[in-house]
Amino acid sequence: MITVENLNYSVNGTQILHDVSVDLPKGGMTALIGPNGAGKSTLLSHVSRLLPLQTGRVRVDDLEIGHCASSDLARKLAILPQQVHFVTRLSVRELIRFGRYPHCKGRLGPKDHARVDAAIEAFGLEALSDRFLDTLSGGQRHKAHVAMTYAQDTDYLLLDEPLNNLDIAASRALMALLRDLADTQNKTIVIVLHDINFAAHYADHLVVMKDGQINCTGRPEDLVTTALLRDVFGTAANVEMVCNKPYVLP
Amino acid sequence: MKRGYIAALLVAGTFVLATISLFVGVISLGPRDLWQDPASWTLIADSRLPRTIAALISGSALAVCGLIMQTLVRNRFVEPMTAGTGQGAALGILVVTIFFPSAPMFAKMALASVTALFASLGFLMMVRRLPPTQPLLVPLVGMIYGGILGATMTFFAYQTDMLQFIDIWLNGDFSGIMRGRYELLWIAAIVAALAYFVADQFAILGLGRDASVNLGLNYNQVMIMGLVVISIVAALTVVTVGAIPFIGLIVPNIVSRRFGDNLRQTLPLTALCGGMLVLASDIIGRIVRHPFEIPVGTIMGVLGAVVFLWLLYRGPRHAH
Repeated sequence: MITVENLNYSVNGTQILHDVSVDLPKGGMTALIGPNGAGKSTLLSHVSRLLPLQTGRVRVDDLEIGHCASSDLARKLAILPQQVHFVTRLSVRELIRFGRYPHCKGRLGPKDHARVDAAIEAFGLEALSDRFLDTLSGGQRHKAHVAMTYAQDTDYLLLDEPLNNLDIAASRALMALLRDLADTQNKTIVIVLHDINFAAHYADHLVVMKDGQINCTGRPEDLVTTALLRDVFGTAANVEMVCNKPYVLP
Repeated sequence: MKRGYIAALLVAGTFVLATISLFVGVISLGPRDLWQDPASWTLIADSRLPRTIAALISGSALAVCGLIMQTLVRNRFVEPMTAGTGQGAALGILVVTIFFPSAPMFAKMALASVTALFASLGFLMMVRRLPPTQPLLVPLVGMIYGGILGATMTFFAYQTDMLQFIDIWLNGDFSGIMRGRYELLWIAAIVAALAYFVADQFAILGLGRDASVNLGLNYNQVMIMGLVVISIVAALTVVTVGAIPFIGLIVPNIVSRRFGDNLRQTLPLTALCGGMLVLASDIIGRIVRHPFEIPVGTIMGVLGAVVFLWLLYRGPRHAH
């Protein structure tokens, strides 16, 4: 379980997170949703130790962020790194191999190679595995980065808006794969999503944020309502239930 | 195993060039003299061999440093000698020469390494604030920064009547290399070779801060480690042969184009190519105006500028 207690965060006098306390359950998929600027990414960055803790505590199982070795946490929790402008000329396979670095420090054993091969297969990257990253399309490169976190083989996988720049087929394929990771390999997926329908359809658990605070948490079918869209997102949209799952109509 | 094949070719080429280098110079010396004239062995041991080794070491170490710096800064158009590190080293030697003229060579070198490190840190701080969407700003800022450091140095050298030294430090030249006057370079060779053992960590740093943290790397520690390697090599090169421009720029770019950025695999190739290129430039410098010599820094400046322009204007990269 990921436990966040009394987390505050401010930049240049502007408070981004207000005394956030929340438990993210172990197992399954938890989606963070909320309007722009609600603090979803900031919260995720704290859990993934990308931002320094100002006040409050964050624990991932028995590891406390800021008090445990970063290299220990790297075997427990993986994050999908933000896409960057500068693209290094690594082949897809070389990139995915670096996902094993926390486990083997660069000396890959048979187990590491097997996991790299499994990642390449899971994401259908066999044909691209020897291509350099800078010769791929944005979507393919993104897939290679997710495959790298897959190879890292951690209990927790944190993704910050991974569906940006992906078309509908790629989005559905990625979400299905993450769902499968949660169901068959007992991984815990924590994901920031903008599309409420994707969140409601795939996630087991929602955390709704607004103005740097947790608004509510719970199951998608209980939370996603016309009232939530009006109060949190400030838009008058209708919600319909299809096969017992809520869908927001545009 | 194409890479192994090319590495073998490069090693063979290095031996050929080194052999040629032994027999090219002001005093004519042919392979036949080796068993006819015992004095020829003295010439080789005292001058030609040290000069050849110095060219190979400084070339490979500077190329390796260029690759490390490009990975740390995440920009393909920077190298230590044009981004302030070399000028920082020279400034350090100038300061120690002015205030402690009798200090031993080793102390001078140590201080030069420290000033080079601070100069590189300053460059890094500035570059971090530049927008990532404008990659060409980085080399521009580097050249201006290097120019400012160079001008500061010229001012103090002018005030203290030491202008003639500046040229020695800032324009690389192997004609003064003799036995007993280049051995410090072996430290540069060792430092550059040690970088190979942290090649994976440098490569991960090239993926960005977030990716490095994700894989459990101590980002700042690896960054400082890289800067220390660059600074020591730059300082030692400036002290013994003088700055050689562009080598750290063009060699890593050419190697990366063909073999990518997995440093554990490309560092040895980069070192081999760098050594060969500097040795070849030095041999050219000894031949074109024989019996006079042209400094290797000048040859590399001409050669490097042309290749640099080609790198800037080449078409977009596509599949290999």
